[in-house]
Amino acid sequence: MSTDFDQLVYDLAPRKFSWKGNLWVAILVVIILVGSYSYVQQVRQGLVITDMRDYALWGVYISNFVFFVAISLVGSLITAILRLSGIKWSTPLTRIAEIIAVAAIIMAGVTIIIDMGRPDRMLNLFMHGRLQSPIIWDVIVITTYLVISVLLLYYPLLPDFSILKRHAPESARVRKWYSGLSLNWVGNSEQRRIYSRSIKALSILIIPVAFAIHTVTAWLFETTYRPGWDSTNFGPYFIAGAFVAGAGAVVAVMYVLRKTYRLENYITDFHFNKMGKTLVLLCLIYLYFNINEYLIPTYKSTEEEAVHLQSLFTGQYATLFWTAIIGGLVLPVIILLFPQGRKPLPLFLVSIAVVVGAWWKRYIIVVPTLSHPFLPIQGVPESWRHYSPTWMEWSITFATLAAALLIITLLVRFLPIIPIHETSEERGLVDAAQTK
Amino acid sequence: MQNNLENDNKSRRKFLDKGLKIGVLAAAGSVALAKVFGYRLDEGAEETVELMSTDGTLMQVLSSQIESVPEKKIDYNPREGFPNRKFVMVVDLAKCRNAKKCQSSCNKNHYITGDNAWIKIYKMQDNEKSAPYWQPTLCQHCDEPPCVKVCPVDATFKRRDGIVLIDNNRCIGCRFCMAACPYSVRIFNWSDPWQGEKAESIPYSPDYSGVPAQKGTVDKCDFCPHMIDKGEMPHCVSACPNDVFSFGDLYEDTVTNGSGQSFQLSKLLKDRAGYRLMENLGTAPSVYYLPPSNRVIDFEEGLDNYTEFKSVEKSEGI
Repeated sequence: MSTDFDQLVYDLAPRKFSWKGNLWVAILVVIILVGSYSYVQQVRQGLVITDMRDYALWGVYISNFVFFVAISLVGSLITAILRLSGIKWSTPLTRIAEIIAVAAIIMAGVTIIIDMGRPDRMLNLFMHGRLQSPIIWDVIVITTYLVISVLLLYYPLLPDFSILKRHAPESARVRKWYSGLSLNWVGNSEQRRIYSRSIKALSILIIPVAFAIHTVTAWLFETTYRPGWDSTNFGPYFIAGAFVAGAGAVVAVMYVLRKTYRLENYITDFHFNKMGKTLVLLCLIYLYFNINEYLIPTYKSTEEEAVHLQSLFTGQYATLFWTAIIGGLVLPVIILLFPQGRKPLPLFLVSIAVVVGAWWKRYIIVVPTLSHPFLPIQGVPESWRHYSPTWMEWSITFATLAAALLIITLLVRFLPIIPIHETSEERGLVDAAQTK
Repeated sequence: MQNNLENDNKSRRKFLDKGLKIGVLAAAGSVALAKVFGYRLDEGAEETVELMSTDGTLMQVLSSQIESVPEKKIDYNPREGFPNRKFVMVVDLAKCRNAKKCQSSCNKNHYITGDNAWIKIYKMQDNEKSAPYWQPTLCQHCDEPPCVKVCPVDATFKRRDGIVLIDNNRCIGCRFCMAACPYSVRIFNWSDPWQGEKAESIPYSPDYSGVPAQKGTVDKCDFCPHMIDKGEMPHCVSACPNDVFSFGDLYEDTVTNGSGQSFQLSKLLKDRAGYRLMENLGTAPSVYYLPPSNRVIDFEEGLDNYTEFKSVEKSEGI
């Protein structure tokens, strides 16, 4: 006897990978292995395997870290801000957003450890931590955000786990896992009360913490004197940019999942249209902060700022800078203003441009500033004036990106990408097995 | 030359004696305080000691009167520093001709094997019309050190005697201090800094930076507490052939240069219009500069020695 509910579970329950899925996982694992080899070399030889030196003292690792933190903010945007505003259309996207957020924040933590000269002394952060250092603030808010994000991923899954333990087309062992993870969810009124209250509480809680993680990340730069970082605009500027990057990531992932799992009935053109509009709004806000960030220092052109800005506008970093601004921000706005641009495929392509642009934008924020210190660069090898990441640095960076994708992939393998319970309630479907 | 050197040594002692004397005066007042300085008194046991009060009056005190002071070095803690001292340096830009002796001496004595020296002599020119000059730049040992502020694990710290040091056993290598320092004086050990048997066998203390240096941690100029402890001048000060550097104590209001000439700090800074680097940032450095006016030696003489892309002789062969 096939009911609508069974059909829903059949559509949305996690499935074993096809050969394509397995190939994808294999590729990611290979990238991670190559990166791990480089990292072992880095631990043995030191950070000398990178192209960072005393002037370019931070490089692609730190910009990658900022990127991950930025991406992770989307969890709060879609699950919390949209949920609390009573927006219903975002329901099918909440889990995707939360999965991305968890993967990104885990990899943000890993990436910052990769950048450390002495990862073996990581515990010093807890044993000797000093509250006046922005790094300690970062440690505190990122761990908090990780915990809340995991809970915000997990709680809404409880009813889904309960459904899956009965209906999932999986082996007995996996179903046992679902059963355990469902924490005896039966859906009685008491459970529902606790369930909705905790999700609401977490949704409220995650917003200030999300703002804090990226504001503190901005402060890592802002608390220094360096031209290009010495800006009071950095906090909101980073947050605005983070929402752009995160929304882009959600669009990209939802497009791929919809195609792979044939979810056209659940993630519809309507959702893409809505996400496209959201992305335009977010891009415009970010553009506004960019104008503040670059126009006013250009207007004043103090000696140090002028050197820095010149390198961005017309100098060494001009190509990257303008590609990131125009390709990753201005063009997406223009394309997405047209309804045709918000159809799934064009929006997917735009979202890729947005995410790639966002990654390079972080590079542009981190690297150029370091090549313009207050005192001239003298008495060091010529190569120290320029920074271009070595292949080992790239391989480690790509490994972290691959690891984030692998976490997303594995979560997608075992979790329903679209909340089954919430969707069934919205559609007024009842689990026959449970009501019996 | 030899004579000169001896003179140097004597005058250095004199400079440090002074500090000692004020210390002894304090000691006479309070036994508790005396303990702190006790270790410095053991040499002059049976004699009278000349003391100077804070208003400059000299007096003779029997050393037997201060005998009760314990002999051991009890209260010295590398994180606290030398009690009742506040070290300052004055760099006279009018005298610098980029001889780089400060740099090579520093490199050798700190066993620096990397490509970046802790003290650098910058070729500076503030604008097209003003004269170029050489600017020796070392850690400014700021009183409001931005590096200490941002260190997440208290690895870099500010001592009571004004010195900013790094505990390389604690540093996690995040390099935030390097990003925070506006003077670009911090260097990182990107690879394993093999400094030779001798350096590697010296027991580590933050008091003697970079010896031995550790991979993945930050190093910088330490103002040579290991030399101060021996009653000697920092390496750069004594190595400079032109007396560019003077080192001393803010509380004594005295600085002494490599040839042993002492100056009253406040007067020197007033007469020569001393200034500090990037005063506007509020970092309050302990290093003062005297402007490069009325040059003793032509700027151009230094150009022969100028290597834009290379640091000087490293500590090879030690």
